[in-house]
Amino acid sequence: MKPAAFEYVRPTTLAEALAALDHDDAKLLAGGQSLVPMMNFRLVQPERIVDINHVAELRGIVEDGDAVRIGALTRHAEAARDPLLARMLPVVAEAMANVAHVAIRNRGTIGGSLCHADPSAEWPLLTVLLDASIDIASAAGRRSEPGDGFFIAPLVTALEDGEIVVAVRVPRPAPGTGMAFLEVAQRAGDFAAAAAGATVRLDGDRIVEARLALGGVADAPMRLAAIEAALAGADRRDIADAVADAAADLEPNDDMHASADYRRRLIPVLARRALERAAERSSTLAMVK
Amino acid sequence: MSEIDITLTLNGEEVRARAEPRMLASDFLRDRLRCTGTHVGCEHGVCGACTIRLDGVTARACLLFAAQLDGARVDTVEGLGTVRNLHPIQEAFRRHHALQCGFCTPGFLMTVAEILETHPLRTDEEIRDALSGNLCRCTGYEHIVRAVRDLVDARDGVTA
Ligand SMILES: Cc1cc2nc3c(=O)[nH]c(=O)nc-3n(C[C@H](O)[C@H](O)[C@H](O)COP(=O)(O)OP(=O)(O)OC[C@H]3O[C@@H](n4cnc5c(N)ncnc54)[C@H](O)[C@@H]3O)c2cc1C
Ligand code: FES
Ligand code: FES
Repeated sequence: MKPAAFEYVRPTTLAEALAALDHDDAKLLAGGQSLVPMMNFRLVQPERIVDINHVAELRGIVEDGDAVRIGALTRHAEAARDPLLARMLPVVAEAMANVAHVAIRNRGTIGGSLCHADPSAEWPLLTVLLDASIDIASAAGRRSEPGDGFFIAPLVTALEDGEIVVAVRVPRPAPGTGMAFLEVAQRAGDFAAAAAGATVRLDGDRIVEARLALGGVADAPMRLAAIEAALAGADRRDIADAVADAAADLEPNDDMHASADYRRRLIPVLARRALERAAERSSTLAMVK
Repeated sequence: MSEIDITLTLNGEEVRARAEPRMLASDFLRDRLRCTGTHVGCEHGVCGACTIRLDGVTARACLLFAAQLDGARVDTVEGLGTVRNLHPIQEAFRRHHALQCGFCTPGFLMTVAEILETHPLRTDEEIRDALSGNLCRCTGYEHIVRAVRDLVDARDGVTA
């Protein structure tokens, strides 16, 4: 199908983009890998398209104090091969390998993925897992939103009208932190039936700190705080026990990707594998140190 | 909505045409620029038949608007080879019977041209993964994988 008519605006600065967005029915166009299918199906028919692909201020992956700042227009493929991310946050490349396919990763962006807020998508899960915050600009100024408050429901975020996501800021993980991401999808590149991300920092076999996030099992990616608390100070061999009931309080969806029952079975398995893999990587980091 | 001027470099040559901004790049290439090698299957990014290269990297033409091509460098299957002078990728597909109806083939050729430059493709599994964004209803993929394996071996200087 074909999209409805719209006015096309191509700003080259953030200020111009914000000005162009000041309109009753304008939409930002980043990679277009979610928006254009929706326009082709006429699920959305914006009157004005603001193409931000030429706004240089939205690009770049740089160290910024104790954090890595990932520009909103960073493509999935750029993030997957970025040397700084490979060194500080290798879990990003591991997750990106699961996002769609080569040509879609070449176009799709982190900012678009966060704003599209698919509950199974990889970037939102990473944002929640890594305690990242989201830098937002509007005509009124700048603000920052913590990742765990940003995702409200499928396709619904804390972003207000007239706001643009500028970058994602990921705090530098403590030295020796191992990380892992894995998911189950029906076919390579499909949205995940369920996904898990974990970080673990070990001292010998004792877990100093563990983080666990799941995607595809609720309206938005989520952290499992009770499991994280139980693992702090525990032995790494206790991971399987700690996650055995991970699905108990969850009510995953039944949909075309997977049944709720299948998701309930996947959750403890993915959680255990992600945590054990992260723990293994933490112990490898301790050996090379 | 009125038409706008769009100037791009298509397969190395500067071309100019007019289109409504909302026209999909796939329709623009086919209907305005008469390059019908770029096929249209699904128009929502799933099948890969419309794969082109935009500023050097593969992209779905059905998920781009004509307006976005203004000032861009676009490469389509027409830029690879000709019937009398096949590109090595096309020759490998011919040799291995990697096509039947041919509908998916332009998209595969554009994807293969990129992944040969960017991906190690050490195993058949890696080849299949890199091709997973292109669907073929005819071949069962086996012969496409063989064609790509041959191309990878040639690239890496491996002799059978
Ligand atoms: C076949 C297929 C398979 C896919 N599989 C996966 C998958 O497995 N996992 C996955 O995560 N994704 C998948 N995707 C989606 C893909 O990752 C998209 O790139 C992503 O969801 C949206 O990013 P985009 O840059 O393309 O955004 P766009 O499509 O351009 O925009 C999406 C939304 O975000 C808004 N927006 C974009 N940028 C900003 C910004 N900076 N500030 C504020 N609002 C903004 C837009 O207005 C729009 O509402 C798939 C897509 C396709 C076509
Ligand atoms: S027509 Fe573009 S991906 Fe199917
Ligand atoms: S050869 Fe017919 S679809 Fe691939």
